[in-house]
Amino acid sequence: MQVNKSIPKVDGMGLMLGRPAFTDDLADANALIVKVLRSPHAYAEIMAIDTSIVDKMEEIKCVITYEEVTDLLFSRAGQGYPEPSPYDHKILDKVVRYIGDAVAIVAGTSEVAVDQALCKLKVRYRLLEPVLDFEEALTAKSKVHDGDGSHSMFPIGHDPTKNLAAQYQMEVGDVEATFDKCDVLYQGRYYTQAQCHAMTEPHTATAFYDFQDRLNIISSTQTPFHIRRIIGKTLDIPLSKLRIIKPRVGGGYGGKQAIHGEFYVAMVTMKTKQASKIVYSRKEVFESTYTRHQMRVDMTIGAMKDGTIKALDMNILSNTGAYGEHSLTVLMVAGAKTLPLYNKVEAVAFRGDVVYTNKTPAGAFRGYGAVQGNFALESAIDEVAAMLNIDPVEIRRKNMMREKETSKIFEIMGEGQEGTAMTIESCKLEACMDLCLEKLKWKEKYPRTKISDRKVRGVGLAIAMQGSGIPYIDMGSAILKLNDDGFFNLLIGATDLGTGSDTILAQMAAETLGVATDKIIVYSSDTDLTPFDTGAYASSTTYVSGHSVIIAAERMKEEILRVGKRYFEGAEVTFDGIMIWSGKDSISLDDLSTKLFYSEHQEQLVTSGSYVGTKSPPPYMVGGAEVEIDIFTGQVTVLNYVAVVDCGVTINPNLAKIQVEGALVQSIGMTLYEDIQYAPNGRLINGSFLKYKVPTRMDIKNIDVSFVNSYEPSGPFGAKSVGEIGSDTPPAVIGNAIKNALGIRMTDLPITAEKVWTSLKIKL
Amino acid sequence: MTLKINGSIYKTLVDSDELLVDTLRRLGFKSVKKGCGTTSCGICSVLVEGKLVPSCSYYSIRAGGKSILTVEGIEKEAREIGEFITSEGAEQCGFCSPGLVMAVYAMTKELRQPSLEEVKHYLAGNMCRCSGFQGQHRGILNYLEVKANASK
Repeated sequence: MQVNKSIPKVDGMGLMLGRPAFTDDLADANALIVKVLRSPHAYAEIMAIDTSIVDKMEEIKCVITYEEVTDLLFSRAGQGYPEPSPYDHKILDKVVRYIGDAVAIVAGTSEVAVDQALCKLKVRYRLLEPVLDFEEALTAKSKVHDGDGSHSMFPIGHDPTKNLAAQYQMEVGDVEATFDKCDVLYQGRYYTQAQCHAMTEPHTATAFYDFQDRLNIISSTQTPFHIRRIIGKTLDIPLSKLRIIKPRVGGGYGGKQAIHGEFYVAMVTMKTKQASKIVYSRKEVFESTYTRHQMRVDMTIGAMKDGTIKALDMNILSNTGAYGEHSLTVLMVAGAKTLPLYNKVEAVAFRGDVVYTNKTPAGAFRGYGAVQGNFALESAIDEVAAMLNIDPVEIRRKNMMREKETSKIFEIMGEGQEGTAMTIESCKLEACMDLCLEKLKWKEKYPRTKISDRKVRGVGLAIAMQGSGIPYIDMGSAILKLNDDGFFNLLIGATDLGTGSDTILAQMAAETLGVATDKIIVYSSDTDLTPFDTGAYASSTTYVSGHSVIIAAERMKEEILRVGKRYFEGAEVTFDGIMIWSGKDSISLDDLSTKLFYSEHQEQLVTSGSYVGTKSPPPYMVGGAEVEIDIFTGQVTVLNYVAVVDCGVTINPNLAKIQVEGALVQSIGMTLYEDIQYAPNGRLINGSFLKYKVPTRMDIKNIDVSFVNSYEPSGPFGAKSVGEIGSDTPPAVIGNAIKNALGIRMTDLPITAEKVWTSLKIKL
Repeated sequence: MTLKINGSIYKTLVDSDELLVDTLRRLGFKSVKKGCGTTSCGICSVLVEGKLVPSCSYYSIRAGGKSILTVEGIEKEAREIGEFITSEGAEQCGFCSPGLVMAVYAMTKELRQPSLEEVKHYLAGNMCRCSGFQGQHRGILNYLEVKANASK
């Protein structure tokens, strides 16, 4: 078996040895250094830019301002076409909308000179009244995008006159009437912060003209094909004149789905005809790329005395910052990938406004709304259980989704459009719950253990779901090519950004062909050399791209049998992965493939496959944790985090495990440490690793990830997605554990020591 | 300046405020990456005179005449460490991997049979945003155990 097998990543050793692999490693040594002058104001109009001093600097090769850039509006979101995000962004604009927004682009032959030039550029601004508090955005007098022509490709509720980037609502049944019939009603308000991705490799792009006079861009991106489309359309370059190469990428988590530096290097190289590169500073990664959408979630639940949950209502205010990338879709996922967990309700409603503010824009980030929604929903479920004096495990068991069931929400809510009805073919939440409770020693530990006068421990849990690609939208494709000596090239558009997708796709090809995985040489992704893939997002690679690989491999197997049959002069043949057999006669694939190139019936065997999903089977998970709270300081330590996951069959159990472990730690960071802070003028004040606290290895005690037996009939080899599900539970799990330990409900992320300490003081 | 990198001599002009990470990358040692520029992430770690330093905050001028070691210079040991990390899948995106390898290499020279807590403490300055650290620790502890058994 080549699948459900832990093999090292195909690129693992090369990365460990530090082989040149990332964008900046591959950039031309003489590439012009490109940097961006960033706005010091949250909201201002550029009245004049004086470039005269800089133009005279010998080492400066070009300065680009809004005056010479297209004023086409587009979305940087890096989604399929037409995008469900508003067209509200220009490459450079006369108006700057957050501190860190792009003002001008400078390129030169040395970094020192470019830095000097950035200091010498004189810009005169007319200050505008910024909108900084997202809760006041809808009624603020100032409008972030009003009158600038921003628009949407289809109705998404975009209304810049109200600072609305997007809006959505839906209702199944009559929620208000159902609430009236309920024995108890819980209402709670939850806040989540604008977490930063903090991937280790800063956003990097390099551009150059090749020997065919085509513009090449190497970029640390999750979406090379979208980049080609968006750059080509916006800069009016025929797509045939563009090539985008994605080398190894140093982490993305959604933050590299969008376009960031690619435009700048493209324009500099077009203008100077010289190679150029941009490497974002760490400050720029924090301040001028993306964050997670900050949200306020109002959660209302109606239930009966016996623990039956009758109605759910989720109402969200989401902050998209200065530009509306992913505004609608992240909002919708907050409901669509949480509320169906309790599918037996009589009524369910979801609505939300996504508002513009003059802050760093929000975009895609692993979990994609489901984290925010899960925090509110799963905290609220515990509160309802407490109101009814029912065990939080029992209330979930009674109401949660089971196999062969469905939810009306699947049909109503998609991502930016209507959803797709589906019956759940694999859902092992029950088994996940059993194992999680056992591993956590829930029975002996629930709800709390007093360790000393100072320390108390509590346990908490939550359930979660995610998706596997976007049905009828996400498309993946693959090409397989047989070489002499019997090995294959697998060319895929799917963009491995460190997840190991190259490896698991090679495993799927190998399993289908019956060959060893080391016979498959993977290449991803390059708009010239690999077939199309929407990109690495929406937990789509295993499920969607995986299917395309299987299709290509099945066709390759047929091809091998066809040429085998010809070799044995029409006799029926079989292929066992090494030898092609006709009765007792045989020839190795190595030999036959060499003959195919050089001596007999010469031809190249090449096959392709492409796939678009018709459903999006959710992976599920039960997360539970034991936390310890220091009552003197308010510090919360996660002693043990148990995650039990149903992601169908794991193609590579080790890599699946690391995906969940990594997602959990990122999300524990969001829950406890990652406190994005702004000065009153809207300036991000902790935009460095010195001040923005991501979890270190010292913060992480024990993480225990396991998978239950599960098989998704529609999945490749029974697999569902695993990339995002690990992100969803930590905020609610840790919040529930703190509640069980202290009796205090924390509703505002991150749950820092100060907040816990203050809440304790208030309670006393 | 004359720099001794991975046992070879390199003569190069450096600016007075040039950082070692930039000099090393300019000379082709692409394993050395810049992650933060504030000594916080450990990704640019190299050894200078056997001591682990963040090359993003070390002036090249200080390295004159000193012996510098990058992953390119310890291929054999890097491969051994790499086998244990990749067997857990814990390198993930790999951007922080060369820095981690240098830190693990330095740790084995400084600590004898460290416990998990000692390993975590030694490597605390090596950030990783992908793996969640657990897989790295599984791999590193296995590596240390095999190494200890081999030297018995």
